[in-house]
Amino acid sequence: MEQKLQERNTTNGDLLDPMTSKEGNGSGRILLDYLKCAAVGVKIDDLKRSFGDNNVLRGVTLDIEPRETVVILGKSGSGKSVLLRHIIGLECPDSGHIYVAGEDINDPDFKKNHVLAMVFQSSALFNSLTVSENVALYLREHKIFSDESRIKELVSSALEIVGLQNKEDILPSEISGGMKRRVAAARALVMNPDIILFDEPTAGLDPMMTRTMGDLIRDLNDKVEITQIVVTHDIDLAFYVADRIAILSEGRILEVGTPEEIRGSTNSAVIDFIKPQFE
Amino acid sequence: MAFFGIAGGLLGLFMETLYWCKDSIRNSDKVFDQLYIIGNQTLPVGALIALFSGGVLALQAGPTLAQFGLEENVGGLVGLSLVKEIGPIMASILIAGRVGSAMTAELASMSVYEEIDALKTMDINPVRYLVMPRFIATVIALPVLVIYMNVIGWFGGAVVSVINPEVHLSFDVYYRNLSELVDFTAVMNGLIKAMFFGIIISIACCFVGLKTKGGPREIGYSVTKAVVMSFVLVLVSDYYITRILLFLNLD
Repeated sequence: MEQKLQERNTTNGDLLDPMTSKEGNGSGRILLDYLKCAAVGVKIDDLKRSFGDNNVLRGVTLDIEPRETVVILGKSGSGKSVLLRHIIGLECPDSGHIYVAGEDINDPDFKKNHVLAMVFQSSALFNSLTVSENVALYLREHKIFSDESRIKELVSSALEIVGLQNKEDILPSEISGGMKRRVAAARALVMNPDIILFDEPTAGLDPMMTRTMGDLIRDLNDKVEITQIVVTHDIDLAFYVADRIAILSEGRILEVGTPEEIRGSTNSAVIDFIKPQFE
Repeated sequence: MAFFGIAGGLLGLFMETLYWCKDSIRNSDKVFDQLYIIGNQTLPVGALIALFSGGVLALQAGPTLAQFGLEENVGGLVGLSLVKEIGPIMASILIAGRVGSAMTAELASMSVYEEIDALKTMDINPVRYLVMPRFIATVIALPVLVIYMNVIGWFGGAVVSVINPEVHLSFDVYYRNLSELVDFTAVMNGLIKAMFFGIIISIACCFVGLKTKGGPREIGYSVTKAVVMSFVLVLVSDYYITRILLFLNLD
């Protein structure tokens, strides 16, 4: 499996070489050239999941187009994170299916052909590893490159993209929550994923850092055209980054549309949810 | 039902860990890291415990043996007691208390703060990445620690036998008797037990750590649970391992 992963990732390997890179000037460019994502869509088909008597997902159906950034918006406890954990394969549904590029994510061969990355709400960095070791973990464990200098180059590039150059050798315990979130994003990027999932990317961050995370998600959409699924209850972020917004309420998708369509919705539940809290 | 659930979970984790041992060479750096941590945490304390355990054995047994004119057998008694039972059990308790508890705390914290989930999303098997190096390191370190504690314990017994006026043996007599009674089979007996105890402690502590859900309170609860579970499993299995070794004429 690792060999297939290696083949899949090294198809873009030459782009890491500044000599062959089209725009091999800035270090950040190296990663952007590396990220030649297969544009894949996601189809969530009547997904149901209960925990005891608590029906968290009650038949979620949603289509996400390739290269699209879809924000799943909903209040706390509406099942957003549970839905995300199903898409990444950390949870199994009671019924229903999730297809990525037409393949069921629970098929045994799915992981041979597709890589999905997730930026966790808690960042989930390994405290015993430095920032650069955290970012390089996937590349090293799967032996994507035999050349250590390529891994270092890619890691530096990823850290530059998220604005954390020169932070390679410090431990996660020495950086702020916002920086941790960006390291987690860098770690997800170097996986060269087909899809990136963000779980509450701005939760607990100050307005400046919230803006930075929003810019990062938008930049990825613009420059890499990667399919992104963002779960949040931050309405400002949702309207800032989304191509489409899906409102999740009580385990069901209430409405799906572009930010303009959601703003113009006549559904009273949607209007209640997106109206400003303080006027 | 809970008992069978835990027993099945422990066995499942043990089998999966054995499977991933095939990758131990590739992950040798992680195994050495764990060996270094275990050594750092146990060698100084182990020396202290062993020195005084050997000493107290000689202190208790020496005068009694001297009453019957058998004081020259103190070396053998201390040596055999340490090699067969006290050494492996004390080393196991030390490893479970100092290293096992740290393993559980670390893995439980990683479970609670989604780090295990992050490994899974990166398609890195948590058993291969986290459990297997700890398992191999503990299984290697525990017998080595037993040998180390035995040697220091013997010395502690010798010092007490020499300075205690009720026994008053020379080092020469003490160690001659010890070498006559403690043979290779007796040493191997203790080392086989230590190896099994290493398996039990590492698997029990990693299992409890990986299964932790909740928050900081559950991490503390898991650490206590893992240490108690290790103690109980080590002491219960000691009896059965001894029975098997007796059956195989290795005791």
